[in-house]
Amino acid sequence: MLTALDKKLLEEVADLHGEPPGAFNIRKDGKGIERRSLEGIEITPKKDQPGIDVVVAEGKEGTVHIPVILTENELSDLVYNHIDIGSGANITLVAGCGIHNPGSGKSQHDGVHEIYVRKGARLVYTEKHFGEGEDSGERVLNPKTVLYVEEGGYAELELVQIRGVDKTSRVTEAEVKAGGRLVMYERLLTHGEQSANSDVVVKLMGEESTARIISRSVAQDNSRQSFYPRLLAHGPGRGHVECDSIIMDHATVRSVPEIWAENAEAELVHEAAIGKIAGEQLTKLMALGLTEEEAEEAIISGFLK
Amino acid sequence: MGRNKPAPVELLNYKLEIPKNTDAGDQSGKGSLGRRKENQLNLLSLENINLEFQSEEKKIPILHDINLNFEAGKMYAITGPNGSGKSSVVRVAMGIYRHTSGRVLYNGEDISELGISERARKGIGYAFQHPPRFKGMPVKDMLEMAMKYSDSVNCQVLRDIGLCPDEYLERTLDNSLSGGEIKRIEIATLLAQNPKMRIFDEPEAGIDLWSFEQLINVIGGTHREDTSTVVISHQEKILNMVDEIILIEDGTVSMRGSRDEIWPRIKASAECSCRYNCQQEGEIYADCPR
Repeated sequence: MLTALDKKLLEEVADLHGEPPGAFNIRKDGKGIERRSLEGIEITPKKDQPGIDVVVAEGKEGTVHIPVILTENELSDLVYNHIDIGSGANITLVAGCGIHNPGSGKSQHDGVHEIYVRKGARLVYTEKHFGEGEDSGERVLNPKTVLYVEEGGYAELELVQIRGVDKTSRVTEAEVKAGGRLVMYERLLTHGEQSANSDVVVKLMGEESTARIISRSVAQDNSRQSFYPRLLAHGPGRGHVECDSIIMDHATVRSVPEIWAENAEAELVHEAAIGKIAGEQLTKLMALGLTEEEAEEAIISGFLK
Repeated sequence: MGRNKPAPVELLNYKLEIPKNTDAGDQSGKGSLGRRKENQLNLLSLENINLEFQSEEKKIPILHDINLNFEAGKMYAITGPNGSGKSSVVRVAMGIYRHTSGRVLYNGEDISELGISERARKGIGYAFQHPPRFKGMPVKDMLEMAMKYSDSVNCQVLRDIGLCPDEYLERTLDNSLSGGEIKRIEIATLLAQNPKMRIFDEPEAGIDLWSFEQLINVIGGTHREDTSTVVISHQEKILNMVDEIILIEDGTVSMRGSRDEIWPRIKASAECSCRYNCQQEGEIYADCPR
């Protein structure tokens, strides 16, 4: 039975209002509490370790929700999820984790997702992180996503963390085979004393494999962010890394994109920028009647959209 | 003043039309778009405005003793050489630059101490010469923000400026748009804001010839009896459609008057300047008006 707090967390991380459509698995405080498989989308708990297997049959279309919520103080949750999207399938998968830490101890969730996008399959994957709590207890989220995009497959990852998470160390690894495509959007906002580290490695393994990594972040107050997106072309692939950060107050941002080609036909580009909100942007929005604070909020919100 | 937030906006609803100018003007057609009732109250006044910028250890004078009134129902053009202070004048009016001395009045109220936001909410609108770009912000959001403090309830403005809303509402205001597109969206934003005091800073800059005609029509066509329109421009077509031309040179108002009165003097001044330059260069150019 979901409480009002559970529902609020699920709404924040998975945009769920009531029972999820399609197949789903809801994990709360270290245990699976609700689950539904459908024909062609099988969700089963692992026997040897915490986590689930999600197996999508060839050619299947649908949505899968696998959110995690933590509502207890001093809880450390570790989960291994294996996701297999069959050839030619078309799936929208919503993961994400919401922590409500009511106490002064640390609550932590470490999630490892191993995802296979088989030949010609299409996956749109959203992972949103959210944290809150009445006391001083830390909220820590460490996701690791390992993705394999097979020949002709397409994967779109949207990784979002907007406020409330004190520490995060994110690891994303992907291999894209011939004709495969990967688009990854990362959006992050830190404030207060929060810190975020994002380590991304994408390998383009074959002809016509492409990847686009777009990272946008805002660092406020005394928060600290580090980004290490790396794009490697072992074959004649094409890739683009774009890291943009808005830095405010006394925050620190470190951005180190790397491109690495091992094939003369590879085409790789990287861009990185860190800067404050331009004065002329604020002036423009204030000339529409917005206060300076409203203008700043609108610029940040648009930037992270 | 339209300061209350309007009902939720349906951006794809094109039902309402921008009020069109109904004043046919005089028989000559000159100034017909802006000619209105005489002796209207001043909407915006700049009184004895001086502006200086501090650079390292010295003060750089920008504007000297500017006195200007802008009446409701009239259209004005501000023209003058590059760097003469045209944009500085209107930026002082908008509150972007804080003047060193003098007063800015709106509807008779001294607004010198008010910030940009407050002036915008009172009814002063400014379309930037070089509008900034915003990564990730859709055109739709910009228009909605513009309409927040106005009674404007549609985005017909995009169509009026030659941009298809279906194509542009979701586009983001970043480098994916050309300079001309950004400029037209800037003008559409001011039209959506629908202020009483409208200031366009070189609206023609970066806009192609076809769109320029549309631009003139939309600026003129949306001018109303209760609005005052100021256009900073060097374009003869724009100077021809206004009631008054103000020439700014070296930070001062060097000429002001009706178009018929001022335009020949500006042309003569340009010829004089050309003659001077030709003599300086030691040669006469084939197209020199002399």
